[in-house]
Amino acid sequence: MTHSPLPTPHSPLPTPSPPDLLSSQRMLQADSLYKTFILHHQGGAQIPVLQGVSLTVQTGECVALQGPSGSGKSTLMRSLYANYRIDTGDIWVKHQGTWVNLPALEPHELLSVRQHTLGYVSQFLRVIPRVPAVEVAAEPLEELGVDSESAYAKVKGLFQRLNLPERLWYLSPTTFSGGEKQRVNIAKAFAVDYPIMLLDEPTSALDATNREVVMQLIEERKAQGCAMVGIFHDDEVRERVCDRVLNFG
Amino acid sequence: MQPLLTVNHLSKYYGDLCACDRISFSLYPGQVLGIIGESGSGKSTLLKAIAGQLPIDAGEITYCDRAHQLINLRTLAEARRRKLMKTEWGFVQQNPRDGLRMTVTAGANIGERLLDIGDRHYANIRAEAMDWLNQVEIPDGRMDDFPSTFSGGMQQRLQLARILVTRPRIVLMDEPTGGLDVSVQARLLDLMRSLVRTLHLSVILVTHDIGVVRLLAHRLMVMQNGQVVEAGLTDQVLDDPQHPYTQQLVSATLIP
Repeated sequence: MTHSPLPTPHSPLPTPSPPDLLSSQRMLQADSLYKTFILHHQGGAQIPVLQGVSLTVQTGECVALQGPSGSGKSTLMRSLYANYRIDTGDIWVKHQGTWVNLPALEPHELLSVRQHTLGYVSQFLRVIPRVPAVEVAAEPLEELGVDSESAYAKVKGLFQRLNLPERLWYLSPTTFSGGEKQRVNIAKAFAVDYPIMLLDEPTSALDATNREVVMQLIEERKAQGCAMVGIFHDDEVRERVCDRVLNFG
Repeated sequence: MQPLLTVNHLSKYYGDLCACDRISFSLYPGQVLGIIGESGSGKSTLLKAIAGQLPIDAGEITYCDRAHQLINLRTLAEARRRKLMKTEWGFVQQNPRDGLRMTVTAGANIGERLLDIGDRHYANIRAEAMDWLNQVEIPDGRMDDFPSTFSGGMQQRLQLARILVTRPRIVLMDEPTGGLDVSVQARLLDLMRSLVRTLHLSVILVTHDIGVVRLLAHRLMVMQNGQVVEAGLTDQVLDDPQHPYTQQLVSATLIP
């Protein structure tokens, strides 16, 4: 009598494995990212933006994303912050001594990664009207449990370095100019010692003096071991602060 | 981190109409969860069902109380449920007239929740009421006025004070900024944001206002026809909406 063989279970899909822990210099590793936007109300148009992008960033290193508009650098940047959700791929981030894969995290875990590990200098500043600039910029520190006094002191120090006039510190940034808003954003992100920072055109609205200040801030952070990824339209800034370029398009 | 509240496959029917279709989510301490969707999407029904104001047809609601006991809210005895709602939960109504007692003074509105949980020391109650009026930015001098003499924004802030005086851990809000004009809304949003942080509140916020969730909510669920069609971090859902309904909602907003 012959037995039909028991069905063999499908071998499980290879679970993504974190980057080699021995390479302790590595802070961020994105593997084969794919992202297509589907516009349901515009005839279901499909726009493939990321097609197998990979990127590794070491401690103390700044990588520039470069390419023409629409080539996907902003999409990658936002995906690295888990602001955009990628279709496939892994984004490994060294968070409090362990590797976490952003696309696999629960929302509350992502919030913790953003709070402690991933800083982001956005091009936009969204605030509740009425909340003064100093409070806006101190919020990430306060959320980490730093007392208001120390948080405000740190932020004011940064405002001073960034030449934000003191009369603006206690006003809501809603009516600030582009350059003033940008400096509030920079102070907000640089107030926390994030191990990884993402910079989305951090100097786009700044004059030469303040551009210099921001370049110095970036260089100081790199010297402290911060791993950075940035989009810089200003060639001079990019050439000075970046160690490598990832080309798009 | 342990969730404070876990909702698992909650369903609610009105006759044949499924108002909430197998809704599941967890709420973590200190988090604001926004729920958006158009009228009739089931978001207010969900909120009422969670608060035990409506019986549910299926599913479980589990709450981790102050003593770290897991409580099954669906099977909890009514008397205990009421007590819990007064001590550990708060519900902010869209219309402050539904959440306040209009025939007693502002101070008494706040004091009443303390009396409810057994505080009998009149001077303490009055001091607490005064403290809470200050926290919600209502001048001391209005303490003995009736809420009917307050503006809409002040009434809504008084409702917050009335609820927060018993130090709830979870606050459910149904369109708390609805019906207020924009400058009054901004003040209330600012106040709610700072209260969430200083009191470490967990909030479920139902609204149809994308601007409100953008500024207040850490996480977002989008409801349509009784189902959660999309969920994630607030900025994920609003900046990279995936579901056709969410895309429509976001693109229809002037400043999302």
